[in-house]
Amino acid sequence: MTNNSMIQRLFTNDPMGRAVLGLVLALGIIFPLCNVLAPEGSFFHISTFTMTLLGKMLCFAILALALDLVWGYCGILSLGHGAFFALGGYAMGMYLMRQIGDRGVYGNPELPDFMVFLNWDALPWYWMGFDNFGFALLMVVLAPGLLAFVFGWLAFRSRVTGVYFSIITQALTFALMQMFFMNKFGFGGNNGLTDFKDILGFDIQSDATRSVLVFLAAVVLCIAYFVCRFIVSSKLGNVLVSIRDSESRMRFLGYRVEHYKLLVFTFSAVIAGIAGAIYVPLVGAANPSEFSPINSIGIVIWVALGGRGTLYGAIIGALVISYAKSFFTTSFPDLWLYILGGLFVVTTMYLPTGIAGKIEEYRERKNARSQTEFEAALNASTSEVNS
Amino acid sequence: MKLVNSADQHPVQSLLYMSGVTKSFDGFKAINNLSLDIAPGELRAIIGPNGAGKSTMMDIITGKTKPDTGDVKFKDTIDLTQHDEADIANMGIGRKFQKPTVIESLTVWENLDLALAGNRGIWQTLFFTLSSKQKDKIATTLELIGLSDKQNDTAANLSHGQKQWLEIGMLFIQDPQMLLVDEPAGGMTDAETMETARLLKEISKDHSVIVVEHDMDFVRALDCRVTVLHEGSVLAEGSLEKVSADPKVIEVYLGR
Repeated sequence: MTNNSMIQRLFTNDPMGRAVLGLVLALGIIFPLCNVLAPEGSFFHISTFTMTLLGKMLCFAILALALDLVWGYCGILSLGHGAFFALGGYAMGMYLMRQIGDRGVYGNPELPDFMVFLNWDALPWYWMGFDNFGFALLMVVLAPGLLAFVFGWLAFRSRVTGVYFSIITQALTFALMQMFFMNKFGFGGNNGLTDFKDILGFDIQSDATRSVLVFLAAVVLCIAYFVCRFIVSSKLGNVLVSIRDSESRMRFLGYRVEHYKLLVFTFSAVIAGIAGAIYVPLVGAANPSEFSPINSIGIVIWVALGGRGTLYGAIIGALVISYAKSFFTTSFPDLWLYILGGLFVVTTMYLPTGIAGKIEEYRERKNARSQTEFEAALNASTSEVNS
Repeated sequence: MKLVNSADQHPVQSLLYMSGVTKSFDGFKAINNLSLDIAPGELRAIIGPNGAGKSTMMDIITGKTKPDTGDVKFKDTIDLTQHDEADIANMGIGRKFQKPTVIESLTVWENLDLALAGNRGIWQTLFFTLSSKQKDKIATTLELIGLSDKQNDTAANLSHGQKQWLEIGMLFIQDPQMLLVDEPAGGMTDAETMETARLLKEISKDHSVIVVEHDMDFVRALDCRVTVLHEGSVLAEGSLEKVSADPKVIEVYLGR
């Protein structure tokens, strides 16, 4: 195969992926433009709230994509992916904290407000370097990536699999949440990181900055999708699926299963971290509750409802559920948890393959029908010729 | 088949050599002072009643289980007890499970592609493309196992017997020096059983094959040296006629 066909394989047999990405890109361009260009009150105006909501949803979609790669394709059910998202977010948040400078409530040019409040007299070593945007970006990738690598190395080497792995990932995110809630841990305690002023010199509250962030989220989602698609459409993708379906078969075929798992788990954590790094400037805070186990379980529900092992299904699931959550928690706040629980039950009972599974089923049926119609037409025309 | 030891170039005496191997699980001796010697290119059938230690023996050879004591040597010098499954598979020992284990969600072709001998590194698989030589190899294997017209079918849609053949094909295309085949005729019709025997005999022309089996007709069709296992050690060894005339074997098989 040439390089050309390597690119080609991204687009073949993936009409739904193209449709979903097309929609994502369109929204990611139209919403920011309508927010910034159309005057308020105009029919075309999109409120900053709605645009920011879209941006958040796109970040969640990136996160869901990351989970689908490990869970849907490699069978590693991580119940702690929220931790990687939060770590990426905190790394970005630390940069944004340093940008505040002396504009904080206490006006201390050296220390963030919460450190002044705690009577700390110097910046802890692990905050060094975060004045630099490039360093912060590096940490966005390294912090979740390293954690996933070390954690995964220990777990996969000892052949911890299935539900046991899921439980320890849940414990991981829970432990991190406890740590980040503590003031003395040095990341702002239960207030987290907030009161951001600007990013790369641009006002973080301004509509223009947010527009760029929302557009960026859409672009990153597309890139992440294509990278994941490149992986799953390669032989590596088949290896991952095979590890999911029959791990021991792969070992006896000579594949180092733990290496494959470690790579895909680490890579997925990095994508989750990048999603978090776009999310934090968009919502204006990095909060320790992002580490809460409930959040990580939420991601699993997005992917399950959207449809595992299809990539585009994860995006649909994340968009649909996070939009529904935003709608119900503002309109019927008491109902939301019941609806979420109901969705989970309905998914497991009636939609085991998720929305994407239903779409694929429908497409197959349509293909089969058009195939028979084609044959019928062919038969009719040949019999016509014969008579 | 002539094999040469890579270290000092002398011809390999025995492809697999097991001596005094013992393995206990909670005090129960699954394998008890077992010795076995397989020559390069040999086809060997291993029979024995349930619980005779056949599966544990395979687990030990393929690195899944470590023995308590004893030697397990591959090609005279390699100590298999020091390696894990993936290492041993890459050294050239392929294993077929009792229950047919193919990747059900992939096609027949993709299954063979995965098993194809070659580099198992992550980057190599990410950028892997089949050479025409490898495509030919897959096509030949498809022919050998009689699944050429099913190559684009999902493995889940194969019959039980076809899955067994596909798995044997996966072992074959891995190009191992030795194939361990666990009850390949299990759950097969008589015709399929005979077809499987033919397939294994064909493969044993260039590979050593160890077959574990219950079905006596099948073992007869293999027409090879037979080892009878009982309570974790070798009870008898020789041609099928010889071992089936052995009073110890008759006692074990027909009960006391």
